[in-house]
Amino acid sequence: MMEIRNDDENTNLLRSVDWFTIILYLIMVVAGAVSIYAATYDYDKASMFDLSEFSGKQFLWAGLSFLIGFSLLLIDRRIYEAYAYPLYGFMILLLIVTIFVAPDIKGSRSWLVFGPVSLQPAEFAKTATALALAKLFSTYGFQLNGWRNYAIAIGIILLPILCIILEKETGSALVYTSLIFVLYREGMSGFVLFAALMAVVYFVVVLKFAAITFMGIPLGMVIAFILVMGLIVGMLLVYCRSWILGRNVLLGYALAGAIAGGLTLAGVHVNGYAFFLPVIILSLIYLLWGMLHDDLKKVLITICFAAASLVFMFTVSFAFNKVLEPHQQTRIKVTLGIEQDLRGAGYNVNQSKIAIGSGGIMGKGFLQGTQTKLKYVPEQHTDFIYCTIGEEKGFVGSVAVLLLFLAMILRIITLAERNHSTFARVYAYCVASILIFHVAVNIGMVIGLCPVIGIPLPFFSYGGSSLWGFTFLLFILLRIDADRQAYGSW
Amino acid sequence: MRKDYNLEKRKYVIGGFIVAIVIVYIIRLVQLQVLDNTYKAHADNNAFMEKVIYPSRGLIYDRNGNLVVYNTPEYDLVMIPKDVTPFDTIDFCNTLQISRAEFDHRWEEMKKGRNYSAFTQQVFMNHLTPEDYGRLQEKIFRFPGFYVVQRILRQYNYHVAANVLGDIREVNARDIENDDYYRPGDYTGDLGIEKSYETWLRGIKGKEILIRDATGKIKGRYNEGADDVSPVSGNNLKLSIDIELQAYGEMLMQGKVGAIVCIEPKTGEILALVSSPTYDPSLLMGKERGKNYSDLVNNRLKPLYDRSIMAAYPPGSTFKPTQGLIFLEEGIITTSTVFPCHRGYINAGLRVGCHGHGSPIPLKPALQTSCNAYFCWGFKYMMDKRSKYGSTGKAFEIWKNHMVSMGYGYKLGIDMPGESRGFIPNTAFYDKIYGKGKWVGQTIISDAIGQGEILATPLQIANLSATIANRGYYITPHVVKNIEGVGVLKKNLERHDTDIDKRYYNDIVEGMRMAVLGGTCTRANIPGLDVCGKTGTAQNPHGRDHSVFMGFAPMNDPKIAVCVYVENAGFGAAFGVPIGALMIQRYLRGNSPGLQAQGRAMASRHTISYPKPKKTTSSGNQAANHKKSTDKPVTNNDGNQE
Repeated sequence: MMEIRNDDENTNLLRSVDWFTIILYLIMVVAGAVSIYAATYDYDKASMFDLSEFSGKQFLWAGLSFLIGFSLLLIDRRIYEAYAYPLYGFMILLLIVTIFVAPDIKGSRSWLVFGPVSLQPAEFAKTATALALAKLFSTYGFQLNGWRNYAIAIGIILLPILCIILEKETGSALVYTSLIFVLYREGMSGFVLFAALMAVVYFVVVLKFAAITFMGIPLGMVIAFILVMGLIVGMLLVYCRSWILGRNVLLGYALAGAIAGGLTLAGVHVNGYAFFLPVIILSLIYLLWGMLHDDLKKVLITICFAAASLVFMFTVSFAFNKVLEPHQQTRIKVTLGIEQDLRGAGYNVNQSKIAIGSGGIMGKGFLQGTQTKLKYVPEQHTDFIYCTIGEEKGFVGSVAVLLLFLAMILRIITLAERNHSTFARVYAYCVASILIFHVAVNIGMVIGLCPVIGIPLPFFSYGGSSLWGFTFLLFILLRIDADRQAYGSW
Repeated sequence: MRKDYNLEKRKYVIGGFIVAIVIVYIIRLVQLQVLDNTYKAHADNNAFMEKVIYPSRGLIYDRNGNLVVYNTPEYDLVMIPKDVTPFDTIDFCNTLQISRAEFDHRWEEMKKGRNYSAFTQQVFMNHLTPEDYGRLQEKIFRFPGFYVVQRILRQYNYHVAANVLGDIREVNARDIENDDYYRPGDYTGDLGIEKSYETWLRGIKGKEILIRDATGKIKGRYNEGADDVSPVSGNNLKLSIDIELQAYGEMLMQGKVGAIVCIEPKTGEILALVSSPTYDPSLLMGKERGKNYSDLVNNRLKPLYDRSIMAAYPPGSTFKPTQGLIFLEEGIITTSTVFPCHRGYINAGLRVGCHGHGSPIPLKPALQTSCNAYFCWGFKYMMDKRSKYGSTGKAFEIWKNHMVSMGYGYKLGIDMPGESRGFIPNTAFYDKIYGKGKWVGQTIISDAIGQGEILATPLQIANLSATIANRGYYITPHVVKNIEGVGVLKKNLERHDTDIDKRYYNDIVEGMRMAVLGGTCTRANIPGLDVCGKTGTAQNPHGRDHSVFMGFAPMNDPKIAVCVYVENAGFGAAFGVPIGALMIQRYLRGNSPGLQAQGRAMASRHTISYPKPKKTTSSGNQAANHKKSTDKPVTNNDGNQE
């Protein structure tokens, strides 16, 4: 370890801190507060900086967050490393306390109220979790293998998720699942990511086409069966590199398909289950035999994956109806276009699409948006702030915001990789993952591509907790990154 | 710690993931903001409420500046279904004083409407009384989505001239399709000049653009009202009708079926256009309109049928002056040509009867005595004059063209809807009936005396009178003298010269003057007014003859030309002449107690026989004091004068 030269610390810091990220941050925070002013602007209402208005308060939060950010830059990174676990423990404790002491606000118990100030511990728990994860991975000799290490890493992620679910803030809880990217970066098999992706695909396909009947079964299941067959063949050819097995299975499927087609043409009704299930199971039995002659492990994984897919397909419908709560089901149905409840669950997204769509290419101009100002879009200054940008700044503004986030995330990934310490890298990836999730889900729901999950748009959405939470997250990263020379490679 | 360069490549997967998402979202934004233009309309539909401001409909004055038709406000209850939130229907029904069943019925009816849309203004209930309006206004905030719109109701100072004035009604789907101006719930002219002058009367609608928030609350005016449009009131109309003369005419026609048309010859301005039976124009407005309208439609005597311009009657002997003119113009006769009349036209086994007078007689005495034989002979000679025309067919075409130049056979082009063209046959018509070349003058001899196939409207007969008074021309007859702010319509100034030499008209005028001085219409001989006239007793296969009079006065400076047509009233002298004489006096001399008395006497002479109606509404010059009666809309003008 090297000593930090104390004499020239401040100049050194100014030189080594990543100004690019800070500038992106400042642009977004100011743009956010101005958007909040536009979103909550009432005809004949006060100025942008009036503290009784949302925008005035947001400017206050923003000013304070600049202070916080500046202060964080002055704190030595060793403090974070040293206190990562205690901080994590404290936050978990706070989350648990919150469950019991928080008042019920719109069905969730996630706000701690201190007189006029309310704080949402879940926003700050992200930073603590990220630090804890970074600390874990930077522990001497820690490798992401063996069930024990996996269990610890996943446990660190799962613990806040559980607490936040108990606070009934499912949206915020889901954010932590994005840390799977960090695990992936640190060595987890890419297969998990692929499996997660396939799970989403099966889920969407099965539900989206559940109402249409084809071959006597829901069309969604038919498509999912075909996807599974394609997957088996694909995995055999690409993953197992077993050309013979892949070819044989493919020929078998083609033959079965031809027979089914012929029967249908001949007027015989072919039931989907009676056709697909035996065909797929037969092909898997063939593979069990085939793996004796081939790469045993990879073929076995293929077989397991296919079998898991089948099980997953059949449980999706069940899980959807039994596990999710009705309002969550409706949100998903609306997003998938199964239901069009414009008065009820679909109202938000529909009005939000109208707001964004009506902006056109150049937008209606600052304070000229009608959708948001006249309160057609609910939560316009918090979760739906992106609507105001879409309506008033148009396509140009909307894309600009997307690109700002893209630039920041890619920049953070760059910062992560340029740091040679595991602690810095893991922490930076945590920050990037959390931002990815927030941006993808928040903007996705506003433009009608994701289910409505109530999480804010970083730096833009109204709220001190959210803004401060992201400020903590980001500026701790900036400080750690500023010290990268001192903690360089060895 | 070791740096695993194999794992570092995974940054591309994570970075690629967010890049992919951003690309997908940008594509989505292109779709929403660039390609799809419907969202703008959606947003405007949400935020802007266009409130229509109705202009005041043009007022109607008579030729002397008396206000005839004006407006009072009425209120419509409208709603925007999208904005309606659950409300207390019982309170609502009580406020409007309607039953729950009626409420449901109206709701259903509204939803069934062809133009129903949950996003636009729908009329829930028309014709709210000021009392209903007052009660509702206090509570309207309890019924979000409902609004009261002020509309106009036509009011009538004189309860006459319904056929001229017409009425307004709510637009139907066809009106809306044909004219962008109209929206459901608007009003449009239905009959009379309300219809023909609709585009001037209706004015230009204004609009106010209001900003509305998601809860339906109005947040103010868009753009400080910069894009609002003020309504432009409709143009006022000045009628050529003398409303008091009209009222007098309607009184005279009480208990009779027929028409009176009075025209100022020099200008073509119609002074009175009476159709009988008629009705009080105020019956066709307001809440009771629908019921009253169907009563009028179902009435046996068809009061909605404007006999003055729509009825095509045989003109009878009033037709004879036209024949004299044609014969003179064609050189068939001179004023000294005489034809025999031995109680009628007797030739080749045909006899057209006539009454006792000297024989043979020349043109003027023939007009004076209304000799059938004279005009039959003249007609026969003209039709059969092969040396001049070559054939009867060709002769008849020339005859027909003369008739058309005198305003017969086609619409005169009065500025009112529904005018009939009457009927003047042509050669092809008779060729079809009798075969080409198989008919001669005698075959169609009744045409000579305004019978046979000839049909004319009272307007055409009055127009003939005006033409003779003008010695050979007429101005398109019209009822609207002037449109305020626009002026006189060009069409109403059009002069039509007949193809008869002007000098022949004086002979006809003299004949008509003789008829008044010592012929068929001596009852029209009013000292000092120099009336010229011609009676008609039009035969009619369905019943008693029609009594007709056509005349003008004064002879040398005609101020009024008149036609009176009374159905099934016998000789022209019986009703036509006295009514015509009274109209002329009323117009030229003004009102007097004597004329009122004579008018009332005429009003009490009825030609209609039918069960006496239970209750009637008064009309005539007492109309200003008229009390509206709704249980019997038709005014058959049965007495009830004082």
